[in-house]
Amino acid sequence: MISFENVGLRYGIGREVLSDLSFQVAPNSFQFLTGPSGAGKTSLLRLMLLSLSPTRGLVKVFGKEASTIRPQQMPIIRRKIGVVFQDFRLLDHLTTYENVALPLQVRGKMELDYRQDVRDLLDWVGLGDRMHVHPPVLSGGEKQRAAIARALIDQPDVLLADEPTGNVDPPLARRILRLFIELHRSGTSVVIATHDLSLMDQYDARRLVLNSGRLQIYD
Amino acid sequence: MTNESPPEVNSPKTSAKQKTVKPKRQPKPLRSGQSIVPRETVAGTALVFVIGIMTFLACLTLGAVSMVNTSAAKWQNDISREVTIQIRPFDDLEMEKAIKDASRIALTFNGVSKVTALNNVETARLLEPWLGAGLQLDELPVPKLLTVTLADGAKPDFAKMREQLEIQVPGSTLDDHRTWVDRLTTMALTMVAIGTTVFLLMMAATVTTVIFATRGAMAGNKDVVDVLHFVGADSKFISRQFQKHFLILGLKGAASGTLGAIILFIILGLWSSGSLATPEGDQISALFGTFSLSWSGYFWMIIVLLLVALLTAFTSSFTVQRQVNNLQNYRR
Ligand SMILES: Nc1ncnc2c1ncn2[C@@H]1O[C@H](COP(=O)(O)OP(=O)(O)OP(=O)(O)O)[C@@H](O)[C@H]1O
Ligand SMILES: [Mg+2]
Repeated sequence: MISFENVGLRYGIGREVLSDLSFQVAPNSFQFLTGPSGAGKTSLLRLMLLSLSPTRGLVKVFGKEASTIRPQQMPIIRRKIGVVFQDFRLLDHLTTYENVALPLQVRGKMELDYRQDVRDLLDWVGLGDRMHVHPPVLSGGEKQRAAIARALIDQPDVLLADEPTGNVDPPLARRILRLFIELHRSGTSVVIATHDLSLMDQYDARRLVLNSGRLQIYD
Repeated sequence: MTNESPPEVNSPKTSAKQKTVKPKRQPKPLRSGQSIVPRETVAGTALVFVIGIMTFLACLTLGAVSMVNTSAAKWQNDISREVTIQIRPFDDLEMEKAIKDASRIALTFNGVSKVTALNNVETARLLEPWLGAGLQLDELPVPKLLTVTLADGAKPDFAKMREQLEIQVPGSTLDDHRTWVDRLTTMALTMVAIGTTVFLLMMAATVTTVIFATRGAMAGNKDVVDVLHFVGADSKFISRQFQKHFLILGLKGAASGTLGAIILFIILGLWSSGSLATPEGDQISALFGTFSLSWSGYFWMIIVLLLVALLTAFTSSFTVQRQVNNLQNYRR
């Protein structure tokens, strides 16, 4: 689904943040991506999302070599990938409901067709009574859940989540993890970047560990 | 747009003593009523102002060109329906006979419908601006003028007419205003060319302004554009979000510019018809025609309005799509 071959990344003329990464994210797989702060987890997710191109090496998504993808095809690929950003990236001028519905709106779907789905999902992540407010008045954890809901709403083939439990209490973190596991069971490949060890201990899954630019894989 | 309330939650605050009073429930809207690209973030006033000025000037150019064209066509038509024969007096010329001969010759040609000699009073009036009033024509060797009126669209053989006149009526010359008509045509064409160039330059300036405004709006909405990317919006969807605003801005600017131009033309029209009775007004209207714009002139101004608005929307859409394709290019 996503495969890296000898990928290296450096920002500008700085040191190499990631070096010589080779791994695959298989269809319908579940993995944690971990490592100390600053190890390059976010950078690696951005490489997978094709929002960053590597300094060297080969990135393939859905069988296509990334550098051969034309700009016009990019939206089609992005629609198969759900992302939860570490900084959420919700649009402050839209309501929570509109933020979560955005991926569907962008795909040209009618509000009448998706309204109930969006409500159900928001209920599920515990934002049922917050869906009409704007993100600036949401708490950190609520924003996080809204960002997760937005990434899940169209059942992506791959879900990339950057610290999806960074702002929530342990019970809610468990609940979010269960949501991801359920998503994985329904066929989505899940990559969760986290440094929360207790979260990883709750579910036995593949671990990709980044350390000083290198990747170790524990299957 | 739907305004739906979230599922009812029974508020625990509704205490027993308030039970009789029905709690006022404002259904909270799910939707913010905001577009994805907020309207306020697209710098409007300056753009509307510039588009307004550009449209105003474009309409003025259009109006001026159309007026010159109408006047030129009118002159051309008037002039080409008349030629003049001039008979210069000299010592032993019998003027009366010469006039008769000349008329007879002219009338033998196809398409000549009438020949009239200007009498002394008319000639005196014609010469008044140069020689002053109260002219005694009998004392002066003033040439006689014969107006030859042509049937509509007729083109008699002027070369032959000139030849015959010169042989049979000494001292006569035929003026078919050819040089005048040619000059008028050239002038009118030049005016149209200049007007068109000015018009195109103004449209180019408008397009450039819109491109810069669009880029500004995109830079100001970088967060929104980024998020739209990540949730899979294509360049068309993103450009539509901006185009909406720019179409409205374009319409506003173009409408105010066109309105300004129309008002100006109406005022000028009223002013010129008010001063038409005076000699100055006579001269102005003789030269420029009246300041009245034909209905087609106003029609074309409305076309300019729509053109500018569409141009604005199209330019912004095109700019956004290009920028988005750049942003989405993996190999930056
Ligand atoms: N846009 C950028 N320009 C330059 N350097 C960057 C940029 N983004 C990240 N870096 C650097 O790359 C390294 C990896 O950053 P990254 O954000 O990928 O780490 P991370 O593992 O996600 O950290 P955290 O757990 O704190 O989120 C850091 O040293 C950071 O300073
Ligand atoms: Mg990070």
